[in-house]
Amino acid sequence: MGPSGATAVAARAPTLDPSVTNIAPTPLAGFIAGLKAALPSVFLLVLVGTYISIGALAHDLGFSVLWVVLSTVLVWAAPAQVIILTSLGAGAAPLEIAIAVSLSAMRLLPMVVSILPMLRTPATKLRGVILLAHFTAVSMWVEVLRLAPALPREARIGFANGIGTVFMGGAATACVLGFYLAAALPSLLVGALLFLTPMSFLVSVTRGARVLSDRLAFVLGLGIGPLIAYQQIGLDLLWTGLLGGSAAYALARLRRALR
Amino acid sequence: MTRDLWPYVLLILVGFLPNEIWRWIGVVLSRGIDENSELITWVRAVATAILAGVVAKIIVFSPGALASVPLPVRIGAAVVGLLAFFVLRQSVFAGVFTGVLAIIIGALMMG
Repeated sequence: MGPSGATAVAARAPTLDPSVTNIAPTPLAGFIAGLKAALPSVFLLVLVGTYISIGALAHDLGFSVLWVVLSTVLVWAAPAQVIILTSLGAGAAPLEIAIAVSLSAMRLLPMVVSILPMLRTPATKLRGVILLAHFTAVSMWVEVLRLAPALPREARIGFANGIGTVFMGGAATACVLGFYLAAALPSLLVGALLFLTPMSFLVSVTRGARVLSDRLAFVLGLGIGPLIAYQQIGLDLLWTGLLGGSAAYALARLRRALR
Repeated sequence: MTRDLWPYVLLILVGFLPNEIWRWIGVVLSRGIDENSELITWVRAVATAILAGVVAKIIVFSPGALASVPLPVRIGAAVVGLLAFFVLRQSVFAGVFTGVLAIIIGALMMG
């Protein structure tokens, strides 16, 4: 994210609570501050909702609760997890799933790249960085970008890991909850739980897509996706991505050129 | 390797590895990548379109318990939720909550 993006995010942030920012410049103090900062976050709420839904989806598609919790801890990316669940559930080829997951995960690269320089110090150990990279997901990335700049630099990686820990722990717990709710609740409520996933993706991507190419890609993907899937074409997700994404990219570029 | 372990092996092979590798590359490349480069822009557009495809497939070709809700109700609830999001000053929570509420009410009324 370029300087204008980061300062724009910081400028929109509400005044930060001094109990969060006045901490010792150590990773541990940062970690505890991160734990505390994550609890009142609206993203935790959305994550819990999304992961209740994912747990319910896993249950309805015949996965074990252990499997879906492990997927939450190891993959830690709701879109990828939903791709894996729905594709494996429908019997798609593993290679296609791996490619679709990989494409959906490319968004993680610029996210990691854009927060690491702000969090790192020369003394930072690699294990803190790897853990931080693993915790990186849209929700954590947004909150870290918003809150970390106000903290002493030595505490920032601990802070980000603290946020990641609460977010992931909350998600894993929600996952288990959703799994067993799906078994116990009447069909209508389970359907509503399942609906949480597309609804939260829909709303958060709409809010987060800043550039024209992403907005077009989302709209085109919504339209093309069911069409291609209806034709029962293999690798439909990849085609949706390539066709929709490339068309969106080209249209956005065309618009820039025409200005 | 027993059959019981296969789902977990799959999880590592098609879930963990293709996903985590991008985070690792991000660590290695944390200097020098321009977020606004054309390649990254295109990749992000493709990834966004894939995500949109996943969303649309869940709404249109719903799995499990969601399939018993009529399609117009599912699409209508999504639209209502998005509208609430826009009207309530871009609140993610409001949009999601309204959409889920809408599908429950819609399913009860139409189902």
